Amino acid sequence: MPPSMPRRGPEMTVTESRALDEIKIGGMGASRRRVEDNRFIRGRGHYIDDVVLPGMLHMEILRSPLAHAKITRIDTSRAYQIPGVRLVLTGDMMATRNLAWMPTLSYDTQAVLATDKVRFQGQEVACVIADDPYIAKDACEAIDVEYEPLPPIVNPDQAMAPGAPLIRDDKENQHDNVAFDWEVGDKERTDQAFASADVVSRISLHYPRSHPSPIECCGSVADFDRATGKLTVYMTTQAPHIVRAAVALIAELPEHQIRIVSPDLGGGFGNKVPVYPGYVMSILASILTERPVKWIEDRTGNLISTGFARDIYLDGELALRKDGRILGVRMHTTSDHGAFFADAQPSKFKIGLMHSAFACYDVPTAHLTARGVYTNKAPGGVAYRCSFRVTEAMFFQERMVQAAADDLGMDQAEFRRMNFVRDDDFPHRTPFGFLTDSGQYAKCLQVGLDAIGYADFRAQQAEARSRGRLLGLGISTMTEPLGAGNSREYDILGIKMFDSAELRVHMTGKAILRTGAKTQGQGHETTWGQIVAHELGIPSEDVLVEEGDTDTAPFGMGTYASRSTPVAGAAVAMVSRKVRAKARKLAAHLLEVSEEDVEWELGRFYVRSNPAQGVTIQECAMAAYSNMPDGLEPGLEANAYYDPPNLTWPFACYIATVEVDPMTGVWDVLRFVAVDDCGVRINPMVVEGQIMGGLTEAYAMASMQFITFDAEGNCVGSNFMDYLLPTAWETPGWELHEVVTPCPHHPIGAKGIGECATVGGPAAFVNAVVDALGGTGVRNIDMPLLPDRVHEALTEKHDVSGAPPVKTD
Amino acid sequence: MTSLFEEITSPAASDVPVRRVTITVNGRPRTLDVEPRLLLAHLLRQGLQLTGTHTGCDTTNCGACTVLYDGSPVKSCTMLAVQADGHDVRTVEGLGTASELDPVQEGFKQEHGLQCGFCTPGMMLASRALLDRNDDPTEDEVRFALSGNLCRCTGYQNIVKAVLWAAAKQRGRAPADAGSEAPPDIPPEAGRDAAVDATQGA
Repeated sequence: MPPSMPRRGPEMTVTESRALDEIKIGGMGASRRRVEDNRFIRGRGHYIDDVVLPGMLHMEILRSPLAHAKITRIDTSRAYQIPGVRLVLTGDMMATRNLAWMPTLSYDTQAVLATDKVRFQGQEVACVIADDPYIAKDACEAIDVEYEPLPPIVNPDQAMAPGAPLIRDDKENQHDNVAFDWEVGDKERTDQAFASADVVSRISLHYPRSHPSPIECCGSVADFDRATGKLTVYMTTQAPHIVRAAVALIAELPEHQIRIVSPDLGGGFGNKVPVYPGYVMSILASILTERPVKWIEDRTGNLISTGFARDIYLDGELALRKDGRILGVRMHTTSDHGAFFADAQPSKFKIGLMHSAFACYDVPTAHLTARGVYTNKAPGGVAYRCSFRVTEAMFFQERMVQAAADDLGMDQAEFRRMNFVRDDDFPHRTPFGFLTDSGQYAKCLQVGLDAIGYADFRAQQAEARSRGRLLGLGISTMTEPLGAGNSREYDILGIKMFDSAELRVHMTGKAILRTGAKTQGQGHETTWGQIVAHELGIPSEDVLVEEGDTDTAPFGMGTYASRSTPVAGAAVAMVSRKVRAKARKLAAHLLEVSEEDVEWELGRFYVRSNPAQGVTIQECAMAAYSNMPDGLEPGLEANAYYDPPNLTWPFACYIATVEVDPMTGVWDVLRFVAVDDCGVRINPMVVEGQIMGGLTEAYAMASMQFITFDAEGNCVGSNFMDYLLPTAWETPGWELHEVVTPCPHHPIGAKGIGECATVGGPAAFVNAVVDALGGTGVRNIDMPLLPDRVHEALTEKHDVSGAPPVKTD
Repeated sequence: MTSLFEEITSPAASDVPVRRVTITVNGRPRTLDVEPRLLLAHLLRQGLQLTGTHTGCDTTNCGACTVLYDGSPVKSCTMLAVQADGHDVRTVEGLGTASELDPVQEGFKQEHGLQCGFCTPGMMLASRALLDRNDDPTEDEVRFALSGNLCRCTGYQNIVKAVLWAAAKQRGRAPADAGSEAPPDIPPEAGRDAAVDATQGA
């Protein structure tokens, strides 16, 4: 021990009793300014395109211009004549290494580079590795590919039509374009409920194809070192450990020689969960060239080939009693998965958590059938800012609820209130079998109604209508399952869904925390420190948070489905408690009392009989390295793997008011009130940021953002000129409110929040616009509610479908 | 081609057309030989290692690549480097100094105007251009000035507040007067409990 570091005896550790102000140390409840911002506001973030390695080559991908076509010839000779071209990879070359196809996250296969035929526009056909990305792009254009066009399929009806061309002729025993059939619920009991119903309300809906479109596209830098056998891949992934496992299994490389590093991510929203062909190609290219190979996707590649979301149709029915009680729910979904079934979701559930629908309503019975089909569109089915199809479930639920209330002539708020699960009815078994555990649904609704001025608005709406102005109000209320697992029910490719944290407290009381999650803007570097501060009294500014490097982070399932706080955040609390348990032994030693006589207050242990005599957590840390009792292992660190007992169930009530211009079909948001109950909030500022971001994506989906296809299978929405995202100018202002119902099983009472607004928000807008059209007989306009669709509904007085193909002129 | 990988003869330098340009970047003249087709964004990122300028869309829509060109915001992903010859370019790296941040940078941190941080440099430069010509903008003026920049994380509300915060600071008023700063006795780093304006607890 250096002489400057005095050995501390008990006599030196007596400190005055003090209650730490948790807010001042940046603990739970503090709107602590974010640590990560210090680099981002200086332009010093380190994103994938900022990774530069010595001798690095650049890869560009050649994509198919056709949606469905046989490949008859690929000639790369002209590409090789371009100076600076190092390698051109084609499907045949991948096939000789058994890498032309790879498994998806849904037990299907996906082409890495097409060999036999292309199955969607934008599919990867070849790639060029060159000294410079400009040269690689030039060389892509010099690759000659001959195609023999096949008829394209762009919607489920075409896919299921008799005699439809078979898209997946690569699969044995695949004789049609059906990817799966799946069902859940009690058919018999539900049939009985419908037989005894006074009223049956029916509605058919389409949730259009969308794309998460983080502002940063995907990319990777693969670096295989033949001397050491080590493969390092820097890549845009929300789940680095899953990728490491996948690479170990697919490429048959030893797992300890694979290092996946997820640098700063410029957004993810589910887009960066799957393993894409580009990553695999860059890895093989690095192995073959023995040079680091960088692949940076362009925006068109991102939009036309990487994980889409939604694209699902519903036939929904509610069995109703005259007084408004819901007696039963019937849902049939038809989902369009594109050419490969590559949904990122737990293995057991073929259509994700669609069956979480109606969890907030007290419904006796329900039955869901789901069919997934192949089409000539990009694969994916990623959970775009949602927990595996929960967005679709809650949108369908709230559109069905609105239609049912209208069919009964009931008030929208009253209908919901009557059917809510009551506060004293938890735990509650949902009609599809989930167990919800907490909530104050009626209170949240009331807070929302009071905030929007519900009665006043209805009066104003009636008065405006008499003057030809169309005002509308839309409510969306929902609870959703966030934070997969538990591990009994949730796994991806057999890997159970838990998460992890590792905490090392250094000698001077500073600490480093690593988790198996991966931040993409959610602010883990800030909020994880706040949990440590809450549990240990170490100021959060003394805690360094690191994620995303599989060589250093403990194994975890990554960040998506709002699972960071429910699972990894719980692991942070639990690992802090393990450290505290060890610190207690050190405190007892320093205080010369038995462990049972030591009490804890934030940041400090003290003697029960003499609270003035105590030691701080920092003093315990010093003792762990300089003055431990005999028999106690040195050091102050721990790791924790957390397998949640259940999902968390946040609740949200969103209310939009709109005005529709009857001349143009343009609609404006007048006000938007959001009431979120995500349990205990670690950092209110960050939580509110998540909600406002989610609401904006909800508004985007309701108003403008969708990807569609023409009859030839051309993707409409392949760049930001066609795929519209709202700017600051269009985006409405958000009014946020909160209700707090702590999660009963989470160590700090928190629930997921990152996705609630995207999940529950869209229905509020659509319900509001449909409400504004009251009296026209219009029950539905498919999203996005483009002015021409709204105008058509208003003037033709009929529902408007948005299913592809669209006409393009 | 007989094997999967063959070394290709390096191109002769004379094959590539080159143009010499001098661009003042963050106050410092830089002279470079560039291919005429090289985009300004790529020159900044790869040539000058100023990686704070990001590219997000390639079509001038997202604004992540926004830089100030003679003081005006431009999308550097659709501008050629040769077009900047003889002009002044300012990137996020030139927005503040090592020890002193631009009020816009401070505002983005104080008002939680960023999450993933990818759009942030472009957003801040577009904001700087606005405040250079109007140091007391309305919310609508801020929203309009930033309508060429996309953000997928924040929903813009906090970005608008960040710019208004910066405007207040720039005008010499304590940003607290703008109604959204932390109480002075709590250092911002240590956090605060005061609710964000938009929130009324229930």
